[in-house]
Amino acid sequence: MNLADIQGGFHAMLATSAPAAGVPDGPGRAVYQNNYRTQLAGCLEESYPLLRAFIGEEAFLHAAVAHITRHPPQAWTIDAYADGFGATLQTVFPDNPDLHELAWIEHALGQAFIAADAAPVTADALAAIDWDQARLRLTPTLQLRAAGTNAAELYFALRDGASVETEMLPAPGGLLVWRRGFVSCLRALDAIEFAALAHLQREGSFVGLCTLLVERLGEEQGIASAGAVLADWLGSELITGVDNE
Amino acid sequence: MHAHRFGLGLRREHYRDFLEGDVDVDFVEVISENFMVAGGQPRDILRRVRQRHPVVLHGVSMSLGSADGLRPDYLARLCALVEEVEPMFVSDHLSWSRIGSFNSHDLLPLPYTREALDIVCNNIDQAQEALGRTMLVENPSSYLTYAESSMTEWEFISAMAKRTGCGLLLDVNNVFVSASNHGFDPVDFLRGIPMNRVCQIHLAGHSQGDGLLIDTHDSAVNDAVWSLYAQTVARCGPVATMIERDGDIPPLAELLAELDVARRLAAHREAA
Repeated sequence: MNLADIQGGFHAMLATSAPAAGVPDGPGRAVYQNNYRTQLAGCLEESYPLLRAFIGEEAFLHAAVAHITRHPPQAWTIDAYADGFGATLQTVFPDNPDLHELAWIEHALGQAFIAADAAPVTADALAAIDWDQARLRLTPTLQLRAAGTNAAELYFALRDGASVETEMLPAPGGLLVWRRGFVSCLRALDAIEFAALAHLQREGSFVGLCTLLVERLGEEQGIASAGAVLADWLGSELITGVDNE
Repeated sequence: MHAHRFGLGLRREHYRDFLEGDVDVDFVEVISENFMVAGGQPRDILRRVRQRHPVVLHGVSMSLGSADGLRPDYLARLCALVEEVEPMFVSDHLSWSRIGSFNSHDLLPLPYTREALDIVCNNIDQAQEALGRTMLVENPSSYLTYAESSMTEWEFISAMAKRTGCGLLLDVNNVFVSASNHGFDPVDFLRGIPMNRVCQIHLAGHSQGDGLLIDTHDSAVNDAVWSLYAQTVARCGPVATMIERDGDIPPLAELLAELDVARRLAAHREAA
């Protein structure tokens, strides 16, 4: 057999845990099979510790085995193996949005931890801005998603060793993850702020943000709200640049 | 000519020691892939450690033995890190991890054949060309051998080093583990490789598995490996030795005490 054939057989042996042509039988084969699965399961355990605590060891292992069986690793870094686990969870536990959102939170916090650096804008940089033409740049560490459950509350409770009942939110909201300095942060958003931030992420325009908020809240409250959320986002180091068009 | 140098692997448990203390090492080794990220605290820590110590970049994902070549995206990221860190050495393993789109994330064994040698040498040539420098290649621990092999591991390594000009990272524990698992004499391995190409040595602990020794890196270096290390430093020139600990990480003082054992053995052999 040539090297490509041997490596193809080894791949099949690892992915299926079945004997394959070109890979000698014996205790060594079991070592490699065990290493393969242990490493991948270990990556998932390390990436989703609170999810694992929330759903329990047996359910987590069930999902991990399903993921390992269906999704052989492809990236050069094993850390990326955690990326697709959320999709597997939706398949394995289709009726549990709380754990889908909890998994998203843990994954997003991990991604934010190693995302590209970008300094927040300073007060000085805002002095000469023409706000009618301003486009806001959000931190590259920012991640957003819609939320239907109190997963953020659940995350903080699990992290702090407290208990909380999971429940659907009275109205859909959002989840925001980003990094301040070297610390990954999580915040639950109401529907208005989620829509405003998603709009800004998509369009960048401050005027567009004001228009959206005026449409949702009326002129007076919309303009006031735009100023308030902008001040909060600046203070939270979510804004890393302001450009004039 | 450098004297012997002694270092440790940088592990999360010891970040504070290396960032704030005056740790008595000549270099630190980091796992390259842990720092091949866009930004955040890992990159900051590496920059700060680099201000205090020479750094060795040790990779686990280059997959030098892949029949279908190296991944350009991986090489590009590694090159960027090398440019930033200006490492003392860049190393990876004589093994394969990836074929096609599948990446096992393990250091899988190669058959020691002429074809595999050609492939490994081509891949090392490509990596060295991209990096603009000579790299070190480490002998792995292995748990099986192939009927296709037509040469010993040390014959393969010698030919590889001669053809590519690469340096060698000699993992003495891996020699011991593979010798035990495959029934060869570890001294034959030491005699068979070009010792003048050995730039760095790894020392680590291993465990007894089911009929095989397993390269676990989760315990202290044992007496048999120390003995083999003493024989190794007697055969090679000035070399950079480090303790490689990846599991059950003890306090830094414990690893520094192990490093002192290496210092004493190297000094003893030098005096002899």
